[in-house]
Amino acid sequence: MFDFLEDYDLLGAFWTTVQLALLSAVGSLIWGTLLAGMRVGPVPLMRGFGTAYVNIVRNIPLTVIILFTSLGLYQTLNVSLGADDVETVNFRLAVLGLIAYTSAFVCEALRSGINTVPVGQAEAARAIGLSFGQVLRLVVLPQAFRASVGPLTNVLIALTKNTTVAAAIGVAEAATLMKEMIENEAQLLLISAVIALGFVILTLPTGLILGWVGKKVAVKR
Amino acid sequence: MTEVSVAKEDVAATAELVVLKSVNKHFGALHVLQDIDLTIARGEVVVVIGPSGSGKSTLCRTINRLETIDSGSISIDGRPLPHEGKELARLRADVGMVFQSFNLFAHKTVLENVTLGQIKVRKADKKAAEEKARALLDRVGVGSQADKYPAQLSGGQQQRVAIARALAMDPKVMLFDEPTSALDPEMINEVLEVMQQLARDGMTMIVVTHEMGFARSAANRVVFMADGRIVEQAAPDQFFSAPRSDRAKDFLSKILHH
Repeated sequence: MFDFLEDYDLLGAFWTTVQLALLSAVGSLIWGTLLAGMRVGPVPLMRGFGTAYVNIVRNIPLTVIILFTSLGLYQTLNVSLGADDVETVNFRLAVLGLIAYTSAFVCEALRSGINTVPVGQAEAARAIGLSFGQVLRLVVLPQAFRASVGPLTNVLIALTKNTTVAAAIGVAEAATLMKEMIENEAQLLLISAVIALGFVILTLPTGLILGWVGKKVAVKR
Repeated sequence: MTEVSVAKEDVAATAELVVLKSVNKHFGALHVLQDIDLTIARGEVVVVIGPSGSGKSTLCRTINRLETIDSGSISIDGRPLPHEGKELARLRADVGMVFQSFNLFAHKTVLENVTLGQIKVRKADKKAAEEKARALLDRVGVGSQADKYPAQLSGGQQQRVAIARALAMDPKVMLFDEPTSALDPEMINEVLEVMQQLARDGMTMIVVTHEMGFARSAANRVVFMADGRIVEQAAPDQFFSAPRSDRAKDFLSKILHH
């Protein structure tokens, strides 16, 4: 029954999915943290930028963003992100699009984490002479991250599944393979089940492990 | 907004450490600080008392600009309080603050709480900072708790750590914002004793408190506030035995006979 699978590089496709997810996760964690820093910061211009970015980007469908990276950035503006072959270009564009999109959600997850840190923590940090950046970096964000593990896990799981949108610009990941298999084989349900299982195998442990981590690092008050 | 001819004050900078001149502050329609004039000399222990909502805590918090003021001027050691930025951070490092709710950094150990400012603000090296921190923790009687997290300590212990954290910066003046109000009665004394020792050692202190015993025994001066104004200030003996204003008489009659 599963014979047809031998003709396809299922593991290779999911490996691409994993790479998309991991690179985008790291990128959006960094950019999302910076955005959160801007949104809680004292500089009105940065606050405005952060707010505008989050509200615009999170309300645009991911498909549109991913398509824009390919049609807008690459084909119109010739942004190729340092790659030569089309496959690598598309992969990098997909990562860029996923980062741009996911970081808006990371920012908001972190901001809700920041709100769990009592004001007194930041006041005490300011009172011993730490600068705004230091207060954020040394006192507020470490506690905010610990409180955000749960929401960030949700974002990571959503991101992992969102990588399938990269199929729209031809990145050879799991969803692209699924489309290919469905076209060639008469096993619609089976194919869907295999792909679905693949994603569950990726995301279920993520949720369980990070759930445990979240409890472990929680700040006791 | 806050500067009112501060340049002329340089002359008197020797004895006067903290100077507030006609300080005003509003919270919306509420006029919490009304024309506050207050001068605190080097080495002086000033206790601020008064009913809830009288502006005592706000007054205390304006001195290191955790609260901004609407008008008037505040200067510390002859220098006017800077606006936000590096200058202000530098000044805050010289002004120790102890909060009602302790506010120890919850994700750091007791020792790290006391070394953080030394390392990141004073640029001390880690070894020296830890040595100093342990000495200070011993001094306030919580040396054995150095490696625990704040949540594992009692309120009294946490507050003493908070005092050590402030002292680690070698402050010129210490602000205490109701340091014992959040404590169980049995833990109040251990904190007051540390504060009394500090006062004896010559630290300049501004203490907002409801502990009249502390005011009597440790203060050089009692400042009585009500409705955003300083109503009366006097030596503790004089204030507690013969208050001049009716407002103070009323306040004392309500708190002293239970």
